Amino acid sequence: MEKIYTRTKTIQEDKVSGFCPGCMHSTVIKLIGEALEEMNLVEKAACVLGIGCCGLHMDYIAYDNTTAPHGRACAVATGMKRSNPDTLVFTYQGDGDFASIGLGESISAANRGENITVIFINNGIYGMTGGQMAPTTLIGMKASTAPKGRIAGEHGYPMHMCEILNQLTAPAYLVRTSCNTPANVNKTKAAIKKAFQNQLDGKGFSMVEIVTSCPTNWGLDPLASLDFIEQKMLPEFPLGVIRDR
Amino acid sequence: MAKVEIVAERCKSCGYCIKFCPKQVLATGSKVNSKGYEYVVPVNPDACIGCAVCARMCPDGAIDVYK
Ligand SMILES: Cc1ncc(C[n+]2csc(CCOP(=O)(O)OP(=O)(O)O)c2C)c(N)n1
Ligand code: SF4
Ligand SMILES: [Mg+2]
Repeated sequence: MEKIYTRTKTIQEDKVSGFCPGCMHSTVIKLIGEALEEMNLVEKAACVLGIGCCGLHMDYIAYDNTTAPHGRACAVATGMKRSNPDTLVFTYQGDGDFASIGLGESISAANRGENITVIFINNGIYGMTGGQMAPTTLIGMKASTAPKGRIAGEHGYPMHMCEILNQLTAPAYLVRTSCNTPANVNKTKAAIKKAFQNQLDGKGFSMVEIVTSCPTNWGLDPLASLDFIEQKMLPEFPLGVIRDR
Repeated sequence: MAKVEIVAERCKSCGYCIKFCPKQVLATGSKVNSKGYEYVVPVNPDACIGCAVCARMCPDGAIDVYK
């Protein structure tokens, strides 16, 4: 018998991550690593991590990375890519990082069509800091800053970042995927590979928005969080390619 | 012929592999690892077809698949 699947070498061999059980930050970083290995890009890659649970990856990944000030990953990635055009530069950001404190930097980088790749983790909450409301929190969904659930009249509506960026002329590729089923995991990996290839081809700004879970701050066990994604998150954040040019 | 091996120390017992295995090969075991998780074990190993769905769903890369 031959070994046909094992953990990617892009995650340090001796490490077990501190992510909660079922947290898809682990799933996505695994898929990114598999994509880098399969495309022979590990040596060329530089990841700009956001602040949040996303930033915990700095302790585990085995390729070049840096951490940007909260929300500024797209600005840092812009500088890195412009000064090192041969490096594959991608950001890895949560919804609080990308769509809240970093909204200005994110939209501006997309509007300039920077030749970078954004991996945007939409778990509908601020995970690391204890479950505060994010721009992506669903109406009615409880957060520590919205104990009765998000109320539109008070907190506004969930923000759809793919659709918002689709109003701009410059972006090349905007896609929304999830990791709640084997088929969606495979599609997420394919989308990440396409977004990396776009950068190699000089196509400009690509973003993969991945609808994930935060079982801990959702107050659900991992399996129940899969159902929550399917029944609540995906109707609000429909999956698919929003732009591909 | 196919088999799965679980790296017990990496397993956090989320249950994704158990849910998606099409052949019900896996279940939560009764032993705990050093982090206190009741790690998953192959309870029905002969039924494994080596599709690697369990390993792809595992967030933590705790499953090796042989075929
Ligand atoms: C300037 C600044 N403001 C606030 C914080 C506190 N803070 C740390 S992480 C975070 C939110 C992270 O949420 P998200 O980006 O959704 O990441 P997740 O943990 O959900 O992956 C906040 C507000 C900070 N570190 N720096
Ligand atoms: S708090 Fe949420 S986002 Fe952070 S590691 Fe735990 S499940 Fe993942
Ligand atoms: Mg978040």
